[in-house]
Amino acid sequence: MAASRRRPKAQTESAPAQAVSSEELLHYYREMLLIRRFEEKAGQLYGMGLIGGFCHLYIGQEAVVVGIQSALNEGDSVITSYRDHGHMLACGMDAKGVMAELTGRRGGYSHGKGGSMHMFSREKNFYGGHGIVGGQVPLGTGLAFAHKYLKDGGISAVYCGDGAINQGQVYESFNMAALWKLPVLFVIENNKYAMGTSQERASAGELHQRGASYGIPGYQVNGMDVLEVKAAADQWVNYIREGNGPVILEMKTYRYRGHSMSDPAKYRTKEEVEKMRSESDPIDQLKAKLLAGGHADEDKLKEIDREVKAIVIESAEFAQQSPEPDASELWTDVLL
Amino acid sequence: MPIEVLMPALSPTMTEGKLAKWLKKEGDSVKSGEVLAEIETDKATMEVEAVDEGRIGKILIAEGTDNVAVNTPIAVLLEEGEDASALTAAPAPAPAPAPVAAPVAAPVAVEAPVSAPTVPAAPVAEADAEEEKFFAKTTKRTVREALRDAMAEEMRRDDKVFVMGEEVAQYQGAYKVTQGLLQEFGDARVIDTPITEIGFAGLGVGASFKGLRPVVEFMTFNFAMQAIDHIINSAAKTLYMSGGQMGSPIVFRGPNGAAARVGAQHSQCYASWYAHCPGLKVIAPWSAADAKGLLKAAIRDPNPVVFLENEILYGQSFEVPDDEEFVLPIGKAKIERKGKDVTITAFSIMVGHALAAAEILAQEGIDAEVINLRTIRPLDTATIVNSVKKTNRLVSVEEGWPFAGIGSEMAALMMEEAFDYLDAPVIRVAGVDVPMPYAANLEKLALPQVDDIVKAAKRACYR
Ligand SMILES: Cc1ncc(C[n+]2csc(CCOP(=O)(O)OP(=O)(O)O)c2C)c(N)n1
Ligand SMILES: [Mg+2]
Repeated sequence: MAASRRRPKAQTESAPAQAVSSEELLHYYREMLLIRRFEEKAGQLYGMGLIGGFCHLYIGQEAVVVGIQSALNEGDSVITSYRDHGHMLACGMDAKGVMAELTGRRGGYSHGKGGSMHMFSREKNFYGGHGIVGGQVPLGTGLAFAHKYLKDGGISAVYCGDGAINQGQVYESFNMAALWKLPVLFVIENNKYAMGTSQERASAGELHQRGASYGIPGYQVNGMDVLEVKAAADQWVNYIREGNGPVILEMKTYRYRGHSMSDPAKYRTKEEVEKMRSESDPIDQLKAKLLAGGHADEDKLKEIDREVKAIVIESAEFAQQSPEPDASELWTDVLL
Repeated sequence: MPIEVLMPALSPTMTEGKLAKWLKKEGDSVKSGEVLAEIETDKATMEVEAVDEGRIGKILIAEGTDNVAVNTPIAVLLEEGEDASALTAAPAPAPAPAPVAAPVAAPVAVEAPVSAPTVPAAPVAEADAEEEKFFAKTTKRTVREALRDAMAEEMRRDDKVFVMGEEVAQYQGAYKVTQGLLQEFGDARVIDTPITEIGFAGLGVGASFKGLRPVVEFMTFNFAMQAIDHIINSAAKTLYMSGGQMGSPIVFRGPNGAAARVGAQHSQCYASWYAHCPGLKVIAPWSAADAKGLLKAAIRDPNPVVFLENEILYGQSFEVPDDEEFVLPIGKAKIERKGKDVTITAFSIMVGHALAAAEILAQEGIDAEVINLRTIRPLDTATIVNSVKKTNRLVSVEEGWPFAGIGSEMAALMMEEAFDYLDAPVIRVAGVDVPMPYAANLEKLALPQVDDIVKAAKRACYR
């Protein structure tokens, strides 16, 4: 479990889908399935009152984080918003520690003090988990600043939503990142909605062009296809790592669930959700490719299903058995 | 082994709901993620999705059933290869109920800060005679409805009033406070903004310079930190900087303080932050009548007003005067309960806690006077000082952090204006001096509880 789920890196300039090995494809399948099953379980635990407050699920968007992560190296930094469970699993953080944080228990990554929206792992270079929309963007730009300053060869992957992209601090960050050629990949997870507001109702212009006047290259990518995400990430991560400055990738994706557990999502039709699910599901699409391309048979995929299910069940059990934090924890970690 | 599907909780405060509709019937196979049923809660209709795969073996709760408690088994799923005979074998207990901590503990703890059940139904109040008149004819309203009514009435009265913020129009408010406003006033006056707090706060202030009367909703005040520069540098200071030529008749409103288990970045009280600043008025209502009377006053006021609501109070009901001219004076506190032994000051949700504490104290022979501050700035010092002249003791209650908090101001005020009347040091009851933790047990420890107020009052009375 502790073993890294990162795949060894391919540094190809133009990464055509067919260049991906069966092993890698299966790895993406497993990663996406783990996130999907983990989130379903989290939703269930929320329903049982074991998780409180806000809980934002990543279901539907799995290909984005798995594809991007496949292009990153050990030592690169990752930062995102409150919709963070998938990012943590993709970074190789332990499902048990993530789930136990959701239940607010001692075994959680923040010992129960952070919750669903606020988890971190120095070991895995995951810098949170931020609740203020857009707040992670300058922070992630700062991580890139540090990579450059320290000359450690790392880059920073900064995720934000289609709603967050309108915050002023995003543009202050774009300017500095471009001005100082910081090694940062800005990933816009455009899942079409910011809470109940669709992209068209909140944003003028095209999101991937938002960096144009700063000279930041920006591209739109089909974020429902892990191979397309991976191909774009491979290409642009290299460009960034070579010292060319920031890049913006707008991932066209979709969240199946409400914004958080208590959002009935009345602002879109059932048909819209059903269409995405049945026609563009990232996991189903990859599954079909795996079978059609002879990379795996049904039995192999079933085996992965079982393995993933076992991890998720174990994490849920751990998250319930781990005790609440000791009362003395209330006072710790305020200052050093 | 058959798997039980349980009635889910769909918000931190839901305890039961109606099973409105089954979308699957017995014998149907389900994939994880598929919608099984629809559930109605007090706020919305929600879908129940399957977490496990299988076939519906049996539906245990028929559609149309009301008041189904959270965690009740509603159906049984058969796994691959199982047939109905598996149902007769006693279904295994649902996979989850926690062996260590009882699963229901979480929602109960979550609701702990809500003092609704302990709040006396009709607190003995010494209402201002002026205010009292309005209470001849009242209707029970939630705080949420009272706020909405205040905005709607003021919008009808003055076409310069408009409402702006995230999700205020089409979504009807993230917390449903602006419900119906878009339908009545249209999208020129009820405006959905992008998530750009500093931008729309500044835009609102600019519009107010030209005489419009914006009501700017922050989804919560935590996000107003993005906009605090315009609230203070632009809204609060322009009247002064312009030598009185132009001011900013604007209201910044939204929920303030802790909700339930939403963690450090979403749970803090800004009362003392804004109260620090000259050029602002700061209001923190408790009851629905407070909310309505004071929001109307805030909208009519020619100054910038920071209006601090509380999410947990939104659903609580109180009597509200029917008369549309019921407008409460800004800067006036209300004595909610008369007493002679100790004065307790509180605002917002803590008024309920203070009243509950007063009931407990009464049983122990301590007669507490509870003052609902209503306005934090300008503070009604006369009412507080007069009360302390009688009781000679003061306990200040607030949810925010203690350092340089409202309680610190109370202590200073007593030194300056009531020193000779004090028989005991002023005691501050405040939130614990740490960021808000997420864990249920720690969150409870971090927030002032009724018992903390009881203990503080006793200490002030040397008991
Ligand atoms: C500064 C700020 N304003 C408002 C909110 C409330 N809020 C939380 S998430 C959200 C929507 C964000 O949408 P998007 O950026 O598209 O991300 P998604 O939730 O779709 O992943 C809003 C308005 C917040 N957390 N922070
Ligand atoms: Mg979005």
